[in-house]
Amino acid sequence: MATLHSDSRPIIGRGPSVLARTIVLGALSIGIMALDHRQNYLEVARSFLSTVVYPLQAVVDLPFQGVDGLRNYLAGRERLRRENADMQAKLRVANLQLQRFAALAEENRQLRAVREASAGIATKTAIAEIMRIDLDPGRHRVLLNKGASDDLYKGQAVLDADGIFGQVTRVGKFASEAILITDAETATPIRVNRTGLRSIAVGTGDFNKLSLPFITGDADIKPGDLLVTSGLGGIFPPGYPVAQVTVVKRDAAATFAVVEAKPLAHMDHARELLLVWFEPPPTMDIDAAGQKIRSDKKPLPGKPRT
Amino acid sequence: MMSNGSTGSLRIALSAIVGLLLAIVPLPHWLEVARPDFLLLFVVYWSLTAPRVAGLAFAWLCGFGIDLLHGVVLGQHALMFLLVGAITHRWQLQLRIFPVWQQAAWVLLMLLVYQFGVFWIDGIISQPVTTWERWLPVFSGALLWPSLVAVLDTWNRRRR
Repeated sequence: MATLHSDSRPIIGRGPSVLARTIVLGALSIGIMALDHRQNYLEVARSFLSTVVYPLQAVVDLPFQGVDGLRNYLAGRERLRRENADMQAKLRVANLQLQRFAALAEENRQLRAVREASAGIATKTAIAEIMRIDLDPGRHRVLLNKGASDDLYKGQAVLDADGIFGQVTRVGKFASEAILITDAETATPIRVNRTGLRSIAVGTGDFNKLSLPFITGDADIKPGDLLVTSGLGGIFPPGYPVAQVTVVKRDAAATFAVVEAKPLAHMDHARELLLVWFEPPPTMDIDAAGQKIRSDKKPLPGKPRT
Repeated sequence: MMSNGSTGSLRIALSAIVGLLLAIVPLPHWLEVARPDFLLLFVVYWSLTAPRVAGLAFAWLCGFGIDLLHGVVLGQHALMFLLVGAITHRWQLQLRIFPVWQQAAWVLLMLLVYQFGVFWIDGIISQPVTTWERWLPVFSGALLWPSLVAVLDTWNRRRR
């Protein structure tokens, strides 16, 4: 190591000692951690600070954007034609499903009208791209290139073309962070589509695996079953596909069966994601429905019922 | 060797920015899990080379930058950077005369302290990552130390 004229600082009388400064800064960091972790007191500060570091993230992301653009520009004719044919085939299938969907939507609307409870219906969608930034490799989080300036909000559901991908956890001005449903810290309220059995799918830290730890040994569930969001918890809208059951192991001695599922969204190689706004938000809905029931019991005079 | 403060602090700030960028540059997965903590190595290097410019506040700020970029609890990495910086400052006079391999061994120890601290705080506030791979950066960082010192020393001498 090429140092130095040695540190000629006198030991006494040059500001506070190393120990004192360590204690002060250490206390500061512990204080910040407590504030940030406990009640999310630092939401505003963090949002501001993440805007400050955004240029760094943009700088890292930029070359990859450029490479992508160049690749698209130079894409071979043959590849484009193949992609085009592929997409047309997909569109035909989608159109076919859409025809059925129109009838279903109408039926659904009537049923909902009967129940007087409309779960959130998507009114606005936006595409966000995942920025090519590595966050902690042990955790499943991504940075999206849209933020508060595009009306994103905390807790917003993030989908890809095939299913639920995750939810927005932090919103900055230009970028926001989303946590994937496969992160070991998240749990997604789900329903087995075939039977209506409700449960919770917990992330495992593996991109291809969700675990359902609270399914009893005698529950009706088998490999191949589709899991959809149940809408409980108020984050995800009900009825969106989440995963497909892959493994069901029953042990007569254990209370719970070992159930694993594979997420339908492409957790490890999705690039473009769909952000969805719901009107009215699902949580407000439950409230509104509750009030409606109450007002049904005791109709107030003079208030027109819708 | 830090002839005057201002060019020194410019160089230090520049290396801190590079360190922050290196912390988030996308790498293939097998390399990503072993990504050395470049910024921490820089902090240790500057704490030994220019202790009066790169003080504890510098170490703390670098850690805080990592917290922001990685979106974890604010203060987590700041605290561990501070700890490593403080230990380095406390023993800088001895460390500076160590041969480089001995320094590398000591850096290994520091990285271990750092990773363990981060792991511990993770455990207190949320789910820690428990795979063995999380300890890889400790070894990759220590292995990198000699070449990092060589590169930074050359840079320092040339641009004096």
